[in-house]
Amino acid sequence: MGNVWGFLTRTRRGNGRMDWTDWVTYSYLFLGIFVMFAPVIWLAMSSFKTEAELSRFPPRFLPYAQETMAVDGYDEPLALFDIQSGEHAGKTLAQIRRVGLVAQMVDPANPSEKLRVDVADREPLEKLSFAWENYTELFERFNFLRFFWNSTFITVMATLIMVLVNAMAAFALSKYKFRGQTGVLMLVVGTLMVPQTVILVPLFLVTKELGMLNSLWGVIVPGAATPTGVFLLRQYMITIPDEIIDAARMDKASEWKIFWRIIIPLSAPAIAVLSILAIMWRWNDFLWPLIVLNQSEKFTLQLALNSFHGEMQTQWNNLLAMTVLTLLPIATVFMFLQKYIATGIASTGGK
Amino acid sequence: MLSVLSSIMRIVEIPMLFLQHKLGINRLAWVFLAPNLILFGVFTFLPIFISAVYALTGGDKILLEDRPFVGMQNFRTLGDCGNFLDPDTCRSDFFWRAVWNTVWFVILQVGFMVGLSLLTALILNQKIRARGFFRAVFFFPVLLSPVVVALIWKWVLQKHGVLNAVLEGVGLEGHSWMLDSTWAFGWSVFLSVWAHMGFYTLILLSGLQAIPRDVYEAALMDRASPWRTFRRITMPLLAPTMLVVLVLALIKGVQTFDEVFAFTGGGPGSATTLIVQYIYQTGFAGAPRLFGLASAASMMLAFVLIVLTALQMRANRRSFNG
Amino acid sequence: MASIGLKKVKKSYGAAHVIKGIDLDISHGEFCVFVGPSGCGKSTLLRMISGLEDITDGEVVIDSEVVNDIPAADRGLAMVFQSYALYPHMTVRQNLSFGLENIGTPKAEIETKVAEVSAMLQIDQLLDRKPKDLSGGQRQRVAIGRAVVREPRVFLFDEPLSNLDAELRVDMRGEIAALHKRLGNTMIYVTHDQVEAMTMADKIAVLRLGALEQFGAPLELFNNPINLFVAGFIGSPKMNFIEGTIDDNNVNSLTLATGEAIAIPSDGFNQVSGQKVTLGIRPKDLQPKPDGSLQMEVRTVEQLGTESYLYGRLADGTGITIHSAGQTTVEPGEMISVGAAEKTMHLFDTESGLTLRAQ
Repeated sequence: MGNVWGFLTRTRRGNGRMDWTDWVTYSYLFLGIFVMFAPVIWLAMSSFKTEAELSRFPPRFLPYAQETMAVDGYDEPLALFDIQSGEHAGKTLAQIRRVGLVAQMVDPANPSEKLRVDVADREPLEKLSFAWENYTELFERFNFLRFFWNSTFITVMATLIMVLVNAMAAFALSKYKFRGQTGVLMLVVGTLMVPQTVILVPLFLVTKELGMLNSLWGVIVPGAATPTGVFLLRQYMITIPDEIIDAARMDKASEWKIFWRIIIPLSAPAIAVLSILAIMWRWNDFLWPLIVLNQSEKFTLQLALNSFHGEMQTQWNNLLAMTVLTLLPIATVFMFLQKYIATGIASTGGK
Repeated sequence: MLSVLSSIMRIVEIPMLFLQHKLGINRLAWVFLAPNLILFGVFTFLPIFISAVYALTGGDKILLEDRPFVGMQNFRTLGDCGNFLDPDTCRSDFFWRAVWNTVWFVILQVGFMVGLSLLTALILNQKIRARGFFRAVFFFPVLLSPVVVALIWKWVLQKHGVLNAVLEGVGLEGHSWMLDSTWAFGWSVFLSVWAHMGFYTLILLSGLQAIPRDVYEAALMDRASPWRTFRRITMPLLAPTMLVVLVLALIKGVQTFDEVFAFTGGGPGSATTLIVQYIYQTGFAGAPRLFGLASAASMMLAFVLIVLTALQMRANRRSFNG
Repeated sequence: MASIGLKKVKKSYGAAHVIKGIDLDISHGEFCVFVGPSGCGKSTLLRMISGLEDITDGEVVIDSEVVNDIPAADRGLAMVFQSYALYPHMTVRQNLSFGLENIGTPKAEIETKVAEVSAMLQIDQLLDRKPKDLSGGQRQRVAIGRAVVREPRVFLFDEPLSNLDAELRVDMRGEIAALHKRLGNTMIYVTHDQVEAMTMADKIAVLRLGALEQFGAPLELFNNPINLFVAGFIGSPKMNFIEGTIDDNNVNSLTLATGEAIAIPSDGFNQVSGQKVTLGIRPKDLQPKPDGSLQMEVRTVEQLGTESYLYGRLADGTGITIHSAGQTTVEPGEMISVGAAEKTMHLFDTESGLTLRAQ
């Protein structure tokens, strides 16, 4: 512990003393941690709470659930309470039902005798318990796997197509000299100026005419060619020496082979960055899928989350679990690839 | 997986080889470009042209031949206002509410976000411990999907949520945040800043780190005070990056939809309806679907974006040329 | 058999004429070096022969076949690049076999060939390494091996040694020469370094500004440079050039701008009275002599032990270099007399730059 503190309090002055500016700096940073992380952790914690616990106010941080016990003569397990005062003080009783301010209870040791207890006298007997059923129900009662599959399919296919198509264009624009090259480059710049949000209506018509409405392909294909991807890859491919391509040509490699065997492997770092970005964009994509997909069996996770959030106001427990499962893949990817994502995003301007 | 891919590629090589002999090496470039250009053509350029047709036609049919020509009618409908500053005097009051909401949203969001990002970047640029970790802390919400962001905060802010509990715990009064127009709008701005500031922090941080160290050492030798160093060295050298960030934030801010829509649905009332949501609701969610009106609004949005993009390209050129 | 012929070969990029019509014949088995200062078009010419650059006008002939329209890969040539251009993501073995795979050579045959070539070039220990794990010299060998393994008709080298340090360069020079002797193929080698050209070539082609200045054996170029440019380019240190005018009444006497007169050869040259000529004397031929006819102010002295260099200038500022064997007692600042034997002198017409030697 001393180590941790020493580590955290070492400052830029290097003399071990905390300047007031250092206090401000670290206060800001720890406030940052709190504001950035706390809501997410709160969400994750909440996703393990039972419905009863979720509606409790004020809420508690850790998920608790009431202890229950099977009592002879009752089909369902009964909830246990500690009795604080009154006639049965000190005992642990199981509740059969509650009528107004009076609870009908039973002593598990003596199940045949029904007792009446004032609700104010009892305190629920609770234990720490993770409500995994919030998660398992997603698979049992909701079509979670279907949404998950839709999202995965869209993300994987769109990323593959995008990388291939953009890499081909980038190769042409970086390693060939042909008439109209500048024209094509201008065209690509032009598409950079037209975000999807401003052509929603006509894009909808085109997608419909191509028969891709309510199809996952309708989400995948329209965004497959991105100016950002072409630029990112072209900038990288320009740095591959032309002599290597000349060497491959002397080695009798066809142009396609040069693309596939030389250019693609050598552009791996840029392709990795683009893939990560594409995965993120597609996994998180919302507006366009919202327009294209309107049958719930075609929904992506994002759409499902959004629509359930409308439908199941009362079922926060499942919704929270689903939210956690939706952010989990991205969070996992982020933990491993944080550095690449950061540089990738910074280098493309995040478009 | 890899072997499947490489067999596919080997099959593709056959027609490509044929084309290479047919066209020669340099004209083969067009073959490599073709898939991309076709996709751009069909899904970007074609829609741009159709967009104008929609804006000039009426009715609720999606097919162009079913749509009657109405000329500038859609634009007139949108622009029919007694007083542009007061949506209630407008025929399309919903549109103007969305416009003004967007204006306020962008001003507040961009202002707070760029300010906080700069502050955070400056702090992260100091010699602090575990900089990578802290950078990740501020950055990670960028990766969350807008719907997830909306749900996270909705859960925190709900009537029986943790924020109200904390407030009541310290003796303040809880609020039905989402039912109050002002609060809902304010929280929308907050959530959007929360979700995106890490991105701009990252760009500003890399801008700061691009300032050569020896410039600071020279300033130190010249006995410049920290404040003067900031004013006379950091700010001028960071200015091009700031400009890029500002314009980029504006471009994205104007197009905000996902997280606010998932957060408030545009409500209460139309308090948090932004312009893209207006387009979505007019063209896709409502009945009848007023594609013409949505397209006309899109074109107005496009105009704003083109101006901003032109600004961005100038800013980019400035920042690259130093 | 593989002879190469260039017939009025031209290359232009728009209005810029990079190669201005070159005629050249390289016979089978010759080691031909293209040499010239940077920007002279030597690499472009090589790339035109290889097929990597197309030919604007004229013909490239390999073994009496015009190859202008044959793609690079089908000309039966192999090339070693300046940057080596090894495939960075492939091992040495894969680098060597890539070309053979492309022409559908059976696996077993590829293996034998790779083994043979790598043993010959002493890179058989490195076959499973990637280029980034190799030293400069090793990369160079792999690049050469990649060319050899294809068994081409002609080898093309594009400044292959320019990325190596001086010592390694000398070694590789020897190895490439040995390789040539062993394989007997026609080789074309591009360099800007005249020492490389002199030491390796059977024939040297000196290029300048896209035109061929002189083509011939190394010593022929050294002894009989056809013009001022070749004279100045071949040989190190550079030939001394002294301008002057032939005396009106004595074609064997040259009057310099300084007023000094110097005797020049009486036969073998076609000078006429009153002609402006440039006298060329190689630094090793110009020596301090008490009776020398030129007065030179010594400015720098370099003592290398076994040889020494004197740098100075004549009264009119013409720079002079003297290269003598052994050590010298001359000090900077001294005025000394220098002279040269008449048979070591070269004479050029100052205006046209062409040699005045009688052919």
